Amino acid sequence: MAEAPQQQQEVKEEEEEEEQQQEVKEEEEEQQQEMEQQEKEQQEKEQQEEENQEEEQQEEEQQEEEQPDSSEGSEEAKESVPMPKARPLLSMRSMSIVDPEDKSPNMIVYRKIEDIVTRIQDETEGVPIRTVKSFMTKIPSVVTGADIVQWMMKNLAIEDPAEAMHIGSLIAAQGYFFPISDHVLSLKDDGTFYRFQAPYFWPSNCWEPENTDYAIYLCKRTMQNKTRLELADYEAENLARLQRAFARKWEFIYMQAEAQVKIDRKKDKTERKILDSQERAFWDVHRPVSVYGLAEEGTQAQSPIHTPSHLGRKGTKEDVEKEISFLNLQLDRHCMKMSKVADSLMTYTEQYMEYDPFVTATEPSNPWSSDDPSFWDVEASKEPSQQRVRKWGFSLQEALKDHAGQELFLKFLESEFSSENLRFWLAVQDMKRRPQQEVAQRAQEIWTEFLAEGAPSSINLDSHSYERTSHNLKDPGRYSYVDAQDHIYKLMKSDSYARFLRSNLYQDLLMARKKPETEQGRRTSLEKFTRSVGKSLTGKRLTGLMQSS
Amino acid sequence: MDEMDQLRKEADSIKDQITAARKAGQDTSLQEAVAGITVVGRVQLKTRKTLRGHLAKIYAMHWGTDTTLCVSASQDGKLIVWDSISTNKVNAIPLKSSWVMTCAYAPSGNLVACGGLDNMCSIYNLKGKDGNVKVMRELAAHTGYLSCCRFLSDSEIITSSGDCTCVLWDIETGTQKTVFAGHQGDCMSLAVSPDFKFFISGACDFTAKLWDIREDACRQTFSGHESDINAIGFFPNGNAVITGSDDATCKLYDLRADQELITYQDSSIMCGVTSLAPSLSGRLILAGHDDFNVNIWDTLKAERVGVLAGHDNRVSCIGVSTDGMACCTGSWDSFLKIWN
Repeated sequence: MAEAPQQQQEVKEEEEEEEQQQEVKEEEEEQQQEMEQQEKEQQEKEQQEEENQEEEQQEEEQQEEEQPDSSEGSEEAKESVPMPKARPLLSMRSMSIVDPEDKSPNMIVYRKIEDIVTRIQDETEGVPIRTVKSFMTKIPSVVTGADIVQWMMKNLAIEDPAEAMHIGSLIAAQGYFFPISDHVLSLKDDGTFYRFQAPYFWPSNCWEPENTDYAIYLCKRTMQNKTRLELADYEAENLARLQRAFARKWEFIYMQAEAQVKIDRKKDKTERKILDSQERAFWDVHRPVSVYGLAEEGTQAQSPIHTPSHLGRKGTKEDVEKEISFLNLQLDRHCMKMSKVADSLMTYTEQYMEYDPFVTATEPSNPWSSDDPSFWDVEASKEPSQQRVRKWGFSLQEALKDHAGQELFLKFLESEFSSENLRFWLAVQDMKRRPQQEVAQRAQEIWTEFLAEGAPSSINLDSHSYERTSHNLKDPGRYSYVDAQDHIYKLMKSDSYARFLRSNLYQDLLMARKKPETEQGRRTSLEKFTRSVGKSLTGKRLTGLMQSS
Repeated sequence: MDEMDQLRKEADSIKDQITAARKAGQDTSLQEAVAGITVVGRVQLKTRKTLRGHLAKIYAMHWGTDTTLCVSASQDGKLIVWDSISTNKVNAIPLKSSWVMTCAYAPSGNLVACGGLDNMCSIYNLKGKDGNVKVMRELAAHTGYLSCCRFLSDSEIITSSGDCTCVLWDIETGTQKTVFAGHQGDCMSLAVSPDFKFFISGACDFTAKLWDIREDACRQTFSGHESDINAIGFFPNGNAVITGSDDATCKLYDLRADQELITYQDSSIMCGVTSLAPSLSGRLILAGHDDFNVNIWDTLKAERVGVLAGHDNRVSCIGVSTDGMACCTGSWDSFLKIWN
């Protein structure tokens, strides 16, 4: 099924926008059902009138704030209108009415975006927002995409224009600025013109517009009778659907639309242009283009409201007492100095950086980049690489983590007749992972082998740990041997491990060149042998030797 | 209540003393201390494989230990075990509940676990006798959604939940062995220390807590974030903790210094962190964000050294393989990508 690429693009964007819509709706009330709306017609009528009044007053306030330059035209707009009751005054610096105490994740993001958007519109430090002459008209209050990208790169310390476009598109998708001649909300790094959204329409205000608002808006558009304001296909479809849905109160909607048109006509032409585009962008966010048909009311279902966690819960007396004892423990704890901590972090990363494939290229190549698994083959082989052997010298933990290292250490201990320590430690590690029913039995076996009187592999435990352990074994569990295990581990670390690192066994492996274990190697050494010995052997024995190779 | 006020005053005064003690330990800042070390330079990782097969948002992924196998969970109701190098699906396990939020691979490679809005942790046996993968256990006792789970062995698993607790379970009997309560917000994620003695949990009360598995006690609490902690991980040597939060920052806390060492933030990063993973040496931290990108940080210098941009939707999970060779990202765009 071949879809036009544009449609696919729109699908993708629409999906993205839907996704973001879901996020936007976090703190809104549920939409009333259509039936309920029809019942509350009367109430709504009054409400709508009030809202519309507030809307236009709000918009007028916007105009005054945003375009102090073009104040000549706004004389008409400054009609004496009573101040709206509920909406707070917008300050000059912050154009947002976001509650700064609101800590829900969406609000945190909105605040950050609004900080950037406020800065970018600043008269001295921001982008040049100007009126552009084009053909027969003037386009007021626009800025090019390229300007926005440049500003972001300079002011947000971004090096890559692709990243600036990415962030810009995310901000545009939320509706904070929009392309004036497109419904697609994304940022392009070219001469495309963008306009900033009025703070009244910012998503952080969190008012989810209802379908009646949308219907009034679309109806208004049809009344304005200008070609550039003609409805797009999807808008026309939406309007038709809404007309069917609101058939009973269409008269009311029509009246509202008429009233709005009347008020709009009184406004300055430039202001109207700007306002119209902002309103359109607002609806682009809340009623995006949908390829599958119309934005269903269902899809605007509210996502779960983010309730702040029980931080405000007042504890009971026990809670506070518990807290105090916990805090006392914390106070008693010895804090290591930052310098020491920093040192240890640096040493660790320095030591391991050569083993980190993201930082140092691996030898042989990383199997994912080259599709060549030889790196893992080498790892799995019995011959550990020098680099790997060196790692065993970092700590006892590293040596034991690597199976080959563990084997070598065991071999060394056996040569010193002190392998019982490691074997005990390994046995306890294994026991910890056993299923619960086997634990008791294993615990007993370990006791018999390592700790009992006359045990075959008796380990050297101090009396304190010995007592603790035998006490634990009265009720054997996974962690019965932890004390003993820690003690033995410390013993190995301070004593045997140090000697192991100095031993011939380890040093040989560490310093040795790669032994020729390959076929060729074997043949060469055999050849050398036969050459040196063959001369003194009888023919029969020589043939016998050759045959057995 | 006078007594309550007194107690609270006492608690506050101890808190002040602790803060003072911590400050006293700050003979230098991490930034000053690392001023002279070698710079890492720009890290550029490329997508080597894309694992396609899920039909809906991927919520979690986890690497197996010492292997190229990894498991991923998606809200299409499937748990898929992938051989990441060949991109083959080794197992595709249908789930009873499709609202899955987490998954885990046992170190032995025998079991996988998952859970989500069904409040249960379901354990699946991959090495069943007849070759079929079946539910082995359903661990049900949480009163909130399961946000994260991690195996200690084939017999024990730790889970974190939206009911503000973390629980250590015995898989054989399916019972709760220990309940770690103390958080005052939904626990969102957990990580087990390299020596399996401790684990850390991050929660919606903006704090991270270190728990002693054996002693059933919270050893330390770390605060400083301004919003929910979504992701948490241990620094490879087990002495430090990395957290990622909705406030778009990551922080590094040291266990022995008992305080925050450094914050990883940038004015151009606005979206919350969803997941994070340190590289093998710990020198790099990879953090996945809501803005579809993964940011790579130099752990010590707190500078951004790379970006992985390739997903078309939120990056929901990230993991670095045990040998450090590759990192895998899972996203709401239903794809997993392997990078190195």
